[in-house]
Amino acid sequence: MTTKSVKTPKPINGRLSRSYIDKMVTVCLFLLIPTVLLVIFTYIPAAEMVKFSFEERDQFGVDVKYVGLQNYKTVFETPEYFAAFKNSIYYLFGSFIQLGLALFLATILCSKIRFSNFFKGVLFFPYMINTVAVALIFRRFFQKGDGITNTDGTLNSIITLLGGDPVKFLSTEGLVNICLVFVSIWRYIGFDLVMFIGAIQSVSPDIYEAAELDGANRFQVFRYIIAPSIRPIILLQMILAVKGAISVYEIPFIITGGRFGSSTFVIQTTETAFKFQKVGLASAMAVVLFLIIVVVTIIQKLVFKEDK
Amino acid sequence: MAAEAIKRENSNFTAKLFTFLKYFILVFACLIVFIPLIVVFLGSLKNNTEFLSSNVFALPTEFEWSNYKTAFIDGKVLLGLRNTAIIIVISCTGTIITGTMTAYVLQRFKTTFGKILKAAFLLATLFPAISMQVTVYRIMNSFGLVGTMAAPIILYIGTDIISIYIFMQFLDNISYSLDESAIIDGANYFTVFFKIILPLLRPAIATVLIIKVISIYNDFYTPQLYMPSEELSVVSTSLYRFMGPYGAKWEIIFAGIVICIIPTLIIFLALQKQIYAGLVNGSVKE
Repeated sequence: MTTKSVKTPKPINGRLSRSYIDKMVTVCLFLLIPTVLLVIFTYIPAAEMVKFSFEERDQFGVDVKYVGLQNYKTVFETPEYFAAFKNSIYYLFGSFIQLGLALFLATILCSKIRFSNFFKGVLFFPYMINTVAVALIFRRFFQKGDGITNTDGTLNSIITLLGGDPVKFLSTEGLVNICLVFVSIWRYIGFDLVMFIGAIQSVSPDIYEAAELDGANRFQVFRYIIAPSIRPIILLQMILAVKGAISVYEIPFIITGGRFGSSTFVIQTTETAFKFQKVGLASAMAVVLFLIIVVVTIIQKLVFKEDK
Repeated sequence: MAAEAIKRENSNFTAKLFTFLKYFILVFACLIVFIPLIVVFLGSLKNNTEFLSSNVFALPTEFEWSNYKTAFIDGKVLLGLRNTAIIIVISCTGTIITGTMTAYVLQRFKTTFGKILKAAFLLATLFPAISMQVTVYRIMNSFGLVGTMAAPIILYIGTDIISIYIFMQFLDNISYSLDESAIIDGANYFTVFFKIILPLLRPAIATVLIIKVISIYNDFYTPQLYMPSEELSVVSTSLYRFMGPYGAKWEIIFAGIVICIIPTLIIFLALQKQIYAGLVNGSVKE
């Protein structure tokens, strides 16, 4: 960012120049709405969140009690709250698989290949589909029939067709998280793919040509040309993956409602706040999440500084 | 000589095998994307009896278009599309007006207040959006905005910091001499902004629009929390509501899903290049 600024004459002899007033009016008017919105809908709620996290209170603020660090203790000591963090590990692991796969597919798509735009489009499209639609599609995809009103979903139909027995994908602990991570990869891989393709194509084609003339093989091209040029993007995506993994909400919420051990920390937080009306405890959970994000962001800044 | 020929033949064979593998992997990946979607499309055209008795990949014997009618009218998807459109238009207009103005002032005038505000925006990107609603909800409620379209619209406009960053980034590359010469010619800052800066920001506006439209159309949490009533359904929440009354009628749910995907597909096919570029530009700003 440049430090240059539009030059405006400073006030001379206590009298303000017309253009100085003009500038101040512009600054105030243009910043008025965003500042008001930022204060009311971001900073006041953030301050309240911290305050509430030391209190026992419901949504209406009746019978508020100061409880000190009790809420934080509950978050870390009650297994059902903290266990939700364990599920983040599934998503984190999934996002690394997703990054690897996306990188692999991106390298293939950037080599000489026909219909590469078609393939790219197909693989990207799930990213555009409405979240609820994606969740419903996979709720059905993994379904196991009960023999009365519901038949087997797509995956169990394929399994039966191949001679296997239907599996309870969405109501088996452990397995359910793997299915949900699959949905998440299905939906988001296209985004990583587009990022990687963008980065690979930003390398000048001359460099690839030169490498080819020098007799570099595919692996060498990847190792010495593609990998260094997309290193920042990979790092960025990895950090976003960590932030994403601890903030998973919509897909598990709609597909399983967090049942069978598939709840996430954000699902827990919103349920604590709006279903069980424990606003104090939910605020403490939100503060914990915020602190984790801050730590990850600091690591991100450090990593990128080093990278430059 | 013969050895050379064999070697050439071999490398030719490896190259062919490589090419085959590449296409095989791509086609396989595309099948994984397609299969869940094809099942939805086929299922949406079957009647209930056929849906329950036939194989998921079987073509419908007779097209049951009434599923679409049920989803559209009774399932309120039509209403959802209308409400989503209203929210998108207002929020995008708002974001572009406030976002470009904020970016202009923050980037062009280095005031102390501007610097503080910039830092405040940066810090705000760290707040976990969904978890924050625990307390934002109370504030919305105290303004009497819960249960109105205003609540999500305000949140979409007021908490969109990424857009401001995209605009600022773009402004960095617009020469100051343009502003300066206009000021010397006697224009005030309003004129400079509306006549010079805003038109030049068009590509950045396109980027922001793309990111914004996709994220609002796909958002489920905000409308579900702030607009629980059925008349205020958006696409996401109307689809979500399908799980109740049509819990076992997947053919109707599927029709709803297809209706909801069609606008996305049209926009995607029409603006493919701009969408890719918009996402790449938007994400590198982090």
